[in-house]
Amino acid sequence: MSTPLGAAISTAPSPPPLESHAARRTLTVVLSAVVLAVAARIIEMRPLELVRDAGNIALFLRGYLHPSFAHLPEYAWQCVVTVCIALWGTVLAVAVAVPLGVLGARNTSPHVVVYVLARRVMDVLRAVNEFVFALMFVTAVGLGPFAGMLALGLHTGGVLGKLLSETVESIDPGQVEGVVAAGAGRLHVIAFGVVPQVLPNFISYVLLRFESDIRSASVIGMIGGGGIGFYLWDTIRGFRDGEAATVIMLIVAMVMVVDVVSSRIRRAAI
Amino acid sequence: MASPPASRAVVETDAAVSPVVVVGGATKVFRGTHALDGVSCTILPGQFVAIVGKSGAGKTTLLRCLACAITLTGGSIRFGEQDVGALRGRALRRHRARVGMIYQQFNLVKRLRVIDNVLVGRLAHLGRRGRWLALARHFDPREQAVALRCLDHVGLLDRVWQRTDTLSGGEQQRVAIAKILAQQPEVILADEPIASLDISNGTLVLDTLRRTASRAGLTVIATLHHIDVARRYADRIIGLRDGRVVFDGTPAQMNETAMLDIFGELPADYLTASVGRRAAS
Repeated sequence: MSTPLGAAISTAPSPPPLESHAARRTLTVVLSAVVLAVAARIIEMRPLELVRDAGNIALFLRGYLHPSFAHLPEYAWQCVVTVCIALWGTVLAVAVAVPLGVLGARNTSPHVVVYVLARRVMDVLRAVNEFVFALMFVTAVGLGPFAGMLALGLHTGGVLGKLLSETVESIDPGQVEGVVAAGAGRLHVIAFGVVPQVLPNFISYVLLRFESDIRSASVIGMIGGGGIGFYLWDTIRGFRDGEAATVIMLIVAMVMVVDVVSSRIRRAAI
Repeated sequence: MASPPASRAVVETDAAVSPVVVVGGATKVFRGTHALDGVSCTILPGQFVAIVGKSGAGKTTLLRCLACAITLTGGSIRFGEQDVGALRGRALRRHRARVGMIYQQFNLVKRLRVIDNVLVGRLAHLGRRGRWLALARHFDPREQAVALRCLDHVGLLDRVWQRTDTLSGGEQQRVAIAKILAQQPEVILADEPIASLDISNGTLVLDTLRRTASRAGLTVIATLHHIDVARRYADRIIGLRDGRVVFDGTPAQMNETAMLDIFGELPADYLTASVGRRAAS
């Protein structure tokens, strides 16, 4: 056989007819542009004013160039409180997420009714912002870090539960079948067949959400949830620019430190 | 309890008269196609039975029905006196503990240590306290000793603390055998146990399986797609074609006519095997 590789094959099927790709692409671009333009009008977006009023912004920022360290120890302590709110908030979130995530995963849920219920509970927890929860808990348990921690815990519990259920649904069913076939009960199947498969990912999600909880906890004090957020709100509203600058610097430093530490742990865990 | 294989062997020789598994007119229909079409067979204790046939002949379906992974459309499967079709909940779990499964893809939990995978075989045998402790993957020293003995039996004692996914395919399949041994079942069902292994590892796995089974007096039912392998290891071969039993006999009875009945043609390894035998004699 000395047929050259490039020779045409008469029996090869012809490619399927091209759909009107060009037309569809144009339509997509035009539609996106229209949607974005309408949205810009709705939010009163006027970029030119940003340039024209640059002087005002400079004036506003000038006060921040001279941070005041008079209350530094107090602010630093409030940062510690903020980290503690996020820490316990994340612990509560894990306690909420583990049962919801297992019951809300198709392959580990005992019954379809339980599955749907767990899913809906997680939807509600995720849909309600932590600030809304904080407003409710401030009414229930009073102003302070405890209300903030409960709010963060519930909302993050919904988020982590959803992530956990998706992780559980994507595990290798063969490894679970090997445990089921040994005559193991439901809890043993989860402990031996499911947990080892989802643990690395779940730890990673928990730490990511802890980082995000630190950022939320740093502003939840604005509405009475405790921590540095109250001082941020107080100094900005009181035009104490020097102190506001200190608070903002502390928050940035705190978030950076927590992110670095948490990503170290995350890399070690996987 | 001191030595699971030995104690089992004594029990099995006492009960050697009655069949272990009786399949009566088993039928399984998937969307109008008969995957199994009235399969009947009686399997005696201690037999090594190979189920052979082309892809789609119903081998795996039959095995999955025996394992209670899927339910029959018609007919019955009995293990001893127990009709397994009606089993639910706790009774089903107890039945599963009495049947050891070996899979083509090993189905071990990859991130667990080798010993933990073997200890999975002990889960069904634990007392109330042991069951709770096992949730934290804690087992008392006696259970650990059983697991270690089972690993020693398959020659993998030196791998005991390693993570299972660091082992080769052949080693993982032997860990699966150790797990089955720890489980102390009455019947072993093996679904293409060597299909993802190379020849030397496959031979080692089947040797280990046969040695284990004969020492413990266990019954083995294995699907094997290499007819040559089936002839070498099995006491009895059941040939399936289009969901029906077309051959049921000893390896010696497996001739070219039977081969044509099962496969519709002579498989390559049958020819090489017979040529090899002729050359040797």
